[in-house]
Amino acid sequence: MRVAGKGLVDCSKPLRFLFDGTSYQGFEGDTLASALLANDVKMVARSFKYHRPRGIVGAGSEEAGALVTVGSGAHQDPNVRATVQEIYEGLSAQSQNRWPSLGFDILSVNDLAAPFLGAGFYYKTFMWPKAFWEKLYEPVIRRSAGIGALSGLSNADRYEKAFAFCDLLVIGSGPSGLMAALTAARAGADVILCEEDSVFGGRLNGESLEIAETSGQDWGTAAIAELSSMDNVRLMSRTSVTGAYDQGTYGALERVSHHMTQAQGKPLETFWRIVAKRAILAAGAIERPVAFRNNDRPGIMTAAAVRTYLHRYGVAPGKAVTVFANNDDAHRTAKDLVAAGVHVAGVIDTRTDAPDGQGYPVYKGAEVCDSAGRRALESVSFRYADGRVDKLQTDCLAMSGGWNPTVHLTCHMNGRPKWDGSIQSFVPTEGMVAGLEAVGACNGAFSTHAALLQGNAAALTALGDLGLKTIAQDVPDAEDAPYRLKPLWAVKGKGRAWLDFQNDVTVKDVKMAAQENFRSVEHMKRYTTQGMAPDQGKNSNVAALAVLADATGRGIPETGTTTFRPPFVPVSIASLGAGAQGKGFAPERFTTSHTASVERGAPMIEAGLWYRPSYFPATGEKTWRESCDREVGYVRNAVGVCDVSTLGKIDIQGPDAGAFLDFVYTNMFSTLKVGRTRYGLMLREDGTVMDDGTTARLGESHYVMTTTTAAAGPVMRHLEYVKQCLRPDLDVNLVSVTEQWAQFAVAGPKSRDLLNGLLDTKIDNENWPFMACGTVSALGVEGRLFRISFSGEHAYEVAVPARYGDSLFRTLTSRAEAMGGGAYGMEALNVLRIEKGFITHSEIHGRTNAFDIGMERMVSQKKDCIGKTMSERPGLTDPEREQLVGVKPIGPVKQLTAGSFLFKSEDSAVRENAQGYMTSVGFSPEFGTFIGLGFLSNGRARHGEQMLMVDHLRDVVARVEICDPVFFDPEGGRVRG
Amino acid sequence: MRITCPLCGERDRREFYYVGDAVALNRPDPDAGDVVWDDYVHNRDNPAGVTRDLWYHESGCASWIVVTRNTITHEVLETALASDVKEATS
Ligand SMILES: [Zn+2]
Repeated sequence: MRVAGKGLVDCSKPLRFLFDGTSYQGFEGDTLASALLANDVKMVARSFKYHRPRGIVGAGSEEAGALVTVGSGAHQDPNVRATVQEIYEGLSAQSQNRWPSLGFDILSVNDLAAPFLGAGFYYKTFMWPKAFWEKLYEPVIRRSAGIGALSGLSNADRYEKAFAFCDLLVIGSGPSGLMAALTAARAGADVILCEEDSVFGGRLNGESLEIAETSGQDWGTAAIAELSSMDNVRLMSRTSVTGAYDQGTYGALERVSHHMTQAQGKPLETFWRIVAKRAILAAGAIERPVAFRNNDRPGIMTAAAVRTYLHRYGVAPGKAVTVFANNDDAHRTAKDLVAAGVHVAGVIDTRTDAPDGQGYPVYKGAEVCDSAGRRALESVSFRYADGRVDKLQTDCLAMSGGWNPTVHLTCHMNGRPKWDGSIQSFVPTEGMVAGLEAVGACNGAFSTHAALLQGNAAALTALGDLGLKTIAQDVPDAEDAPYRLKPLWAVKGKGRAWLDFQNDVTVKDVKMAAQENFRSVEHMKRYTTQGMAPDQGKNSNVAALAVLADATGRGIPETGTTTFRPPFVPVSIASLGAGAQGKGFAPERFTTSHTASVERGAPMIEAGLWYRPSYFPATGEKTWRESCDREVGYVRNAVGVCDVSTLGKIDIQGPDAGAFLDFVYTNMFSTLKVGRTRYGLMLREDGTVMDDGTTARLGESHYVMTTTTAAAGPVMRHLEYVKQCLRPDLDVNLVSVTEQWAQFAVAGPKSRDLLNGLLDTKIDNENWPFMACGTVSALGVEGRLFRISFSGEHAYEVAVPARYGDSLFRTLTSRAEAMGGGAYGMEALNVLRIEKGFITHSEIHGRTNAFDIGMERMVSQKKDCIGKTMSERPGLTDPEREQLVGVKPIGPVKQLTAGSFLFKSEDSAVRENAQGYMTSVGFSPEFGTFIGLGFLSNGRARHGEQMLMVDHLRDVVARVEICDPVFFDPEGGRVRG
Repeated sequence: MRITCPLCGERDRREFYYVGDAVALNRPDPDAGDVVWDDYVHNRDNPAGVTRDLWYHESGCASWIVVTRNTITHEVLETALASDVKEATS
């Protein structure tokens, strides 16, 4: 219910929202949790394993009870913490983990079966028979034990990722964080202040306290106003810092439009990488629940959460509130409620020296030992030391077992927190994250005054480290009450007492783990699943440790903590992968002929990041094979045009360019004449073939290397590596010019005729023989011409600056068509090169060496080169190695398939008998059949042998004959035309 | 992780390509023998502590960089151009 005159919500802005289909009203500034409590909705979920009713436990991002699903369809978002989700007009949320409804849930029968579902029940109950696991047990468990579900649809929301840089990152905007930010910002430091709440102020908004003789809220508002007026400060609300990483890098998740009806073009979330020279962690502390029988009933919350609902949202979570405490701090809850006119049934304090009540009874030296109520709390029982049990009628229990500093980020770089007996909790170990200092409650300083002092001091230290001039600050006065606490983790007694509300882990489960010898905290965690729910044990870890320590007769510090890992709060995969959905997954590279190719109806296929035409369909053609056969015919009989710009082009210049190429290629390039091109083979240092291609010498100290499309990047990286790491003595420079030049293959008997129609100076066989290269002028544009061939035909490649590419492609193709030829695509290119036995990365696939592909004589004996020494290892020239061969069908089955295996005719087709495999196949119009390339053990000596080609996946078995890999024009006469 | 490129300054590690131990700089003579070559091409230490790696500023200035860092503390202790390191040792 609402409490008049309290809260920061805007009562002039009512909003309607739906929960499980029922419409409710809240106000702007409400979270779903505060709005539900204001409407007296107590039960909001069912638990993970036992399907017990669950209510709202806290008021922050660590919420252990109130997980809901927001939205529907592709926008459905499961496991949203109702304490974090702000309401907006039209918000629709559903409870989770119940069927058919929250009130009546069939699987709550699990709660009756609880004796069988304790710690380790997965391992014990579902062991045998083995086959039942997949078919029966797992599907049943998955259905019954779980939290929210994904929609199964592609995520329709937009996400963003971003970088930010600062001198000082302040994490948290409670009193210590605000003080740190003020001190640093006033000294001129670039400050980023991150606050995971929608408003700044941290606990200041949830408490009634004074700073500098004004209310804590007002002091915080003034501090934020000052900070927001400064250019050197960036305030980021709704932003959770999720992880601390190397070199001052922090991950942060900003909830940009989760609170808006319409995103208005904004992303749903932005994942930030913040690089900070220094950081101050002011993350506060999390109040810990106490384990007692039936402590999981809706209506049982933490004491500070009750204060937050009162002060921040103007909501009383109950009509008659009881406080259960072992420390002074929790008594504020009773005081504040009474001051606001809310009835307090009493304070039950475990300490006999607890403070007296101010308008409410205090039951000293007593412990709450049970709760009752159907779907929400109706009463609590409490027991005195002498065993006397009493009962209070109450609909809200505000419990506090003390506070746990939020040490998480200080442990993300493998740090461990240390035990502080004075507060009975873990505090950060200094220096665990370089450049990060913890202050205030997360550092174990629980009074407001101590928080302000530490915030100021840490900022001064950071300023000193940054070399900035510091300005002395007055730290304002504030409450400085001592933290008085008597440890209490679990109230003794029968029945189930919950530690982990999300994963349904009880005190008994932890004790059982210890009994069954899972005594290490890491083993206990995995055996019981304690701390493995979305809150990652923020509410339960320390208490569970304490119970384990007790059960194993060790102290808590000796028992130790589990490892704290990022993220601090759940981070959606979508935000981490922002921009990478669909087309964003990989950039698309288009050639200059892309538009013209698409206009001609060419299906574009991926070649790395590039897109290349598969074939160019002509009117009346029904299959790609018809188009491919026609295009092969262009090249063999007339002239074909193909965009080859995707091949890597590396410009190599300098007096030592030739010597450099001699070192990276197996063969000689320093001896290549200017105006000539040579085929080169490049090895990795282990002797395996890395890449191949042609390199042209355009001048004395100027070469242009061509790489394969796939290896353009790796070869560039390799060349830079060789130049910088191995041969800095060579005077040579490298630059990739792949995108600067549009390059087209012009191939076929009429290729020169086609080119001579364009070239300003005509060429002939004398002045432009096979492997010649040089500068030409085509239709007034200066370009380069290379007489090289990947088809075995008389062919050229002509290159022009990329801006002329589209025009040149259209001119070449239309003129080729007039000569009985035309454009050809990748399919035809592939057939043409297979007919000639030319290799691609299908053959040089990372396991083949020069010997395997029949090029061992290309490894020059006159010089050293990368890979030479290792390629001479005896095992790499063993005749039994698989060697490149041609394969043609000779039986009734004419189809060949790449990836199939070769077997001796008499052997059975099992893996152990495989003699080799197929790498490339294509249908050759020339021979009227499929032909292929492959690798066969001792293959060069087996030409003429008949074998079986078996494709076990596609179920193809063909009788084949092994042959020379060069099927077409083995003498090579055509290329010299 | 942040790496200071000697030419470009401190940059996010996503701009760099990682290749491995900087012993790659010490290419043996062709006739150094099988053991030396096997060691050079295949064998690498995996230290818990200080290590020297080669990183390539692929999305930057294309420098190969020798990065000295601590695998336990994640500190980057020193960066230098590989060409400078190589020239100093040869
Ligand atoms: Zn650089």
